[in-house]
Amino acid sequence: MQNIKILTAGDASLLIEFGNEISPEINAKITATVQLMKEQHIEGVVDIIPAFCSLLINYDPRVLSYDELSKRMKRLLKMDIKTGEAGRRVFEIPVCYGGEYGPDLANIAEHAGLTEEEVIKIHSSRDYLIYMLGFLPGFCYLGGLDERIHTPRLANPRLKINAGSVGIGGSQTGIYPLDSPGGWQLMGMTPVKTYDPDREVPILLSAGDYIRFIPVDEEEYMRIKELVERDEYQCTVREGEV
Amino acid sequence: MGIRVLKGGMLTTVQDLGRTGYQSQGFSVAGVMDVRSFKIANLLLDNPENEPVLEFTLIGPTLEFTSATIIAITGGDFQPTVNEEPVPMYTALYMNKGDILKFKSARTGSRGYIAFSSYLKVPVVMGSRCTNLKSKIGGFKGRKLQEGDYLNFRIKRRYLPFFLSRKLELDDVNEFEKDETVLRVVMGPQDDRFSKQGIETFLNSEYTVTSDFDRMGCRLEGPYIAPKESSDIISDGIAFGSIQVPSHGKPIILLADRQTTGGYAKIATVASVDIPKLVQRKTDHKIRFKPITVQEAQELYKKELKELDQMRKVIHKPCKEVLDCRLVAKRVSKLFDGANK
Repeated sequence: MQNIKILTAGDASLLIEFGNEISPEINAKITATVQLMKEQHIEGVVDIIPAFCSLLINYDPRVLSYDELSKRMKRLLKMDIKTGEAGRRVFEIPVCYGGEYGPDLANIAEHAGLTEEEVIKIHSSRDYLIYMLGFLPGFCYLGGLDERIHTPRLANPRLKINAGSVGIGGSQTGIYPLDSPGGWQLMGMTPVKTYDPDREVPILLSAGDYIRFIPVDEEEYMRIKELVERDEYQCTVREGEV
Repeated sequence: MGIRVLKGGMLTTVQDLGRTGYQSQGFSVAGVMDVRSFKIANLLLDNPENEPVLEFTLIGPTLEFTSATIIAITGGDFQPTVNEEPVPMYTALYMNKGDILKFKSARTGSRGYIAFSSYLKVPVVMGSRCTNLKSKIGGFKGRKLQEGDYLNFRIKRRYLPFFLSRKLELDDVNEFEKDETVLRVVMGPQDDRFSKQGIETFLNSEYTVTSDFDRMGCRLEGPYIAPKESSDIISDGIAFGSIQVPSHGKPIILLADRQTTGGYAKIATVASVDIPKLVQRKTDHKIRFKPITVQEAQELYKKELKELDQMRKVIHKPCKEVLDCRLVAKRVSKLFDGANK
């Protein structure tokens, strides 16, 4: 509780800063706090927005005053918040790397002084923590990209990057949830829709979950894509070790 | 049964109080910019509080009514006309089939609102009917209205009790005319990132609204606000009315279509009740900031809700003409009673 600060963000939001660094431990504390708040269902809370090391709570001042909410949050934060007890949920995201699916894979490999196969192996051999969602609907900020494949953004951003593109921008990797302009180096495509407004749950992933990229060939990509179109595909979710 | 868009105006969208509950997944809240004008428009028609309206910006739309309904127009004064005849704002207006509603340029303010007693028929997407332009969802096909669009109504509702009482004499329209606006702000969350001098500059200087002003945010021009070291922070969530100050030292006030999270320090947040004053401004208007406590801001918010309740009472009192009518009707019916006996 010592390093945690409760701050005003206007008369209808409150910000809790859990620290001032990007670390899985702080993020886990935030995920656990969100979980606890959802269980307690605090009347008047409209939205809970976790970020790397903070939590923004939007609330209705008609129902809940700043003083009441901050008192309640202080109490909640004092509780012994157990993090990571449930184990991690790892979503397996199939990716077809290279070729027309990943036009910048060669760039990334050249920059890293590795072969394309090595880049793919490095990229797909660890679980990435989803620190937060933001920027675009369903866009996940992932932590833990191997330093060897950090690659600067394109000097000339593309005007359109297709939904499903997987890329690297500096020290970050991620998936474009919808068509958008952007400057990331594209290394592959996933047939999985991380965002689909017509689906019952429009956003597939949440902060606190993990992603593992699974390399697939073009044939497998097309097979999964067809299943996705028919709404018959479900990502494999693995219970990972903590 | 609905309205045909003859001209779309500059930026006319279907809006309600916003798509809340999904900011954590990267969805902007969107919703109306001027919550007060929105609430008053719906209130005049006894609509549910969150009933969607049309919000238009700087140049209003031209609409043809293909069935009768009742509307109310609030916000900036765009000098509305029906079949070329001027009609009052902040008043319930009966619209007939074939009527054409037009607007001139904004005399005061920059955003207008039209509420409908027959309710606009647009799908509910993730709990809201509002348009999110960036994600292209909600409202009318996830986009602004354009010539040829046709919006249906959900219900037939062509009668409202106390119809003649449904007008409000408010100062809102003239408020938008003032040259300078003082916005009350709650300091924080990251005011500690700014030097003492930076805070003083922010609170004691005059800032000017630039042309960089849309539904996402409003950039201001004025004296440089100095950070202690850097104004970059680790990205966090953004509230409606957050004032972020990037390294160029000029404030940007984030509004309805703001991105969900951002990486610049936020020096203060505009009090909810003062956001409507800001969003009705045009380029070159002068802005000053005045700090208040969060408790004061919440009191102001509650006071405004009471004021809205008061308005609701005013429009539900029979007006004098109606009372006279009733008296006559009573006498006439007594005569009939006598004749029937």
